[in-house]
Amino acid sequence: MRPASETELSEIVRAASGPLRIRGGGTRSLGAPSVGTVLETGGLAGISLYEPGALTLVAASGTPLAEVKAALAAENQRLPFEPMDMRALLGTEGEPTIGGMVAANASGPRRVIVGACRDSLIGVRFVDGQGRVVKNGGRVMKNVTGYDLVKLMAGSWGTLGVLSECSFKLLPVPETHATLVSDVMTPEAAVRVMSAALGTPYEVNAAARDISGRVCLRIEGFAEQITYRKTALAEALGGDWEVLDGAKSTAFWRDIRDVTAFAGQSGDVWRVSVKPSDAPALVAKISAPVQMDWGGGLIWALVPEGTDLRAQLGPIAGHATRVRGGGADIPVFQPEPAPIAALAQGLRTKFDPRGMLNPGLMG
Amino acid sequence: MMDMPTPNAAILSKRDRVIARLAAELPTEALISDEAERRAYECDALTAYRCLPMAVVLPDSTEQVAAIMKICHAEGVPVVPRGSGTSLAGGALPTEDSVILGVARLRDVLDVSYADRVIRVQSGITNLAVTGEVEGDGFFYAPDPSSQLACAIAGNIAMNSGGAHCLKYGVTTNNLLGVTLVTMAGEVIELGGAHLDAAGYDLLGLICGSEGQLGVVTEATLRILPKPEGARPVLMGFDSNEVAGACVSDIIKAGVLPVAIEFMDRPCIRATEDFAKAGYPDCEALLIVEVEGSDAEIDEQLGLIKQIARRHNPVELRESQSDEESKKIWLGRKSAFGAMGQIADYMCLDGTIPVSSLPYVLKRIGEMSDEFGLGVANVFHAGDGNMHPLILYDANKPGDLELCEAFGAEILKLCVEVGGCLTGEHGVGIEKRDLMNVQFAPDDLDAQMAVKDVFDPDWLLNPAKVFPLEASATRRAA
Repeated sequence: MRPASETELSEIVRAASGPLRIRGGGTRSLGAPSVGTVLETGGLAGISLYEPGALTLVAASGTPLAEVKAALAAENQRLPFEPMDMRALLGTEGEPTIGGMVAANASGPRRVIVGACRDSLIGVRFVDGQGRVVKNGGRVMKNVTGYDLVKLMAGSWGTLGVLSECSFKLLPVPETHATLVSDVMTPEAAVRVMSAALGTPYEVNAAARDISGRVCLRIEGFAEQITYRKTALAEALGGDWEVLDGAKSTAFWRDIRDVTAFAGQSGDVWRVSVKPSDAPALVAKISAPVQMDWGGGLIWALVPEGTDLRAQLGPIAGHATRVRGGGADIPVFQPEPAPIAALAQGLRTKFDPRGMLNPGLMG
Repeated sequence: MMDMPTPNAAILSKRDRVIARLAAELPTEALISDEAERRAYECDALTAYRCLPMAVVLPDSTEQVAAIMKICHAEGVPVVPRGSGTSLAGGALPTEDSVILGVARLRDVLDVSYADRVIRVQSGITNLAVTGEVEGDGFFYAPDPSSQLACAIAGNIAMNSGGAHCLKYGVTTNNLLGVTLVTMAGEVIELGGAHLDAAGYDLLGLICGSEGQLGVVTEATLRILPKPEGARPVLMGFDSNEVAGACVSDIIKAGVLPVAIEFMDRPCIRATEDFAKAGYPDCEALLIVEVEGSDAEIDEQLGLIKQIARRHNPVELRESQSDEESKKIWLGRKSAFGAMGQIADYMCLDGTIPVSSLPYVLKRIGEMSDEFGLGVANVFHAGDGNMHPLILYDANKPGDLELCEAFGAEILKLCVEVGGCLTGEHGVGIEKRDLMNVQFAPDDLDAQMAVKDVFDPDWLLNPAKVFPLEASATRRAA
């Protein structure tokens, strides 16, 4: 099913008699349920408002992400959070949509400084499990009017409602950027250096350790600013740093963002969100290729098929998600402590009392 | 004046028993039942509304908070959480049948990690004390509400507080990584932590800005950031609000991201100048634009900003030449509320509008000011469209407060009409509660109230706030 309007979407959900599988571009299908009728949002498309002078954009949920990016690029602006494109990693095809990106709270390397997708999302419209149209937030970047369901919808994977429209706050694209690359470092040394870099006033907005063990730091700004900052940063950190500019820097971060190092490689892919200073000890428990992002706060691991990485890591102050791989006995999302699971289930029952929306996904 | 629900007589009649149960769990200094001492908690910064609570508790541990909540839950007694009581929206206003739970004695810093760029604090600590704890090491906590000297982190989280610098750094929700939450049933829950993304549904995002209606936050993990090398403001004067508004838009479009763009209109400039002598020009509209970085970086950015400003024929364009001068430029802005308070009583609103609607909204507010016969001064965060109209009235003149409230309601309706919202950073509280229907349809409100049903099924936490009384009537009665 492919509604062409929010009203049609509402009617479809209200009339549905069985489970629905909500689908944007179908590029982020981790642990997607195998049952239910596919409900596509692609018919809800188009940018309804874009005000560069107010740094805001509103688009229907089925709008291709590429279309939004192109519109923003024409005004030298962007979605701040650098959303990951999962196609290469998951081997999926199709066009990522705005709604899918929000449902997955997809965020890339810059997340460490500017926040995740949920931090730039300022408004949503959605259809709940009973077909009711709900709006929350709006198109202004400061808004505390009522409860923040905007955040709740981001990263809820279509289990609380089907998004029909999303509003974002934007940022200007800085004039230029550069990436500082180190020699190979141990995870301990890497996190130490990344923490030091993120603690300088030079606005390092991405800090990663690639699978070869090199630490990479990105700075963005005006040309003269970057000339100054790359020297100041290298001096503050000590050691030898190679500098990547322009297209090389861009390509490098696209690969980190999309975890292309694990694309087409056999094995399961896990994503672990932790406190950076905990990361080295956890990485030591993983005898497999690892990429670290967010200054050590995000670990990507490529492990043999069927590995329960969660069990291997033991209790962590954070959470682990199996992004790629099978095996029904290992949950995709981190099981939550009972009181939190009860609240989550309570919300789900309120928003989708008939259990229609993506049943089986997210616990 | 806002209506409040009739106090529950059954609860009032068991006051002695509730106090006895609380006394059995708490140290003497943590329980206030004496009327004279309770009086200090009868209102917050929205002083037009007052009500004496049944009792006040000031716990100093999460365990004590849980014990209090269990008793109140069992007895069916409403609980009103309170940070420092600086809410401008009546967020901490008691009801007669409620217990005020103040977090003022929960003030410890629990942990600081510069490697992870986080600080863990108890929620009663003031906003400025968080920065105070880390600034010696070159870090700061970004959200900076103007009450930051007094306001508690607990209140910041409840209201999702903003400040002057959120154009670059975001508001509380963007800088909050984890909380310890005590539910109305007395259960202690950890949400998030020092890692960046919480697992599962974003319950942390839901708690932030829920005005103390979903649980009591006793501890918080906050993101801290390295301090910039330096910051410098430039002052610009224009001969119309429209031109100033256009200049704001052009600066943003040019790709510079100032940390703050503040706007003041003529009535506010005049009052502030009389009060603080900041050396502001005599003009219709004034902007303070601040950028950060090294000296050379600041020069480059301000160069571009001044170039844009010149295209709008400013009557004044003054870049700060020293720390002294920067302080003076900010002094005026920071004294604006105090200056207005010298002239008259005022009500401060904080509706947010799309930046593009700025000139139109200011023009309409001016017209409405004539219609209502009450003066208005505007001072606000222009970069993000967060207005702060100050409506002047005389509290001693019968009917003036009501007239002022009616005028305020019209301004907020206008904000919604142009695509904005009722409140950008102060919260709904009781002040804007009955206007929620202007911004939200019944289904929108129902979805929000469904969240409260999950966290607080008996609707005991911070009663009679946020949702119009008639919209929540059946839930509150159930």
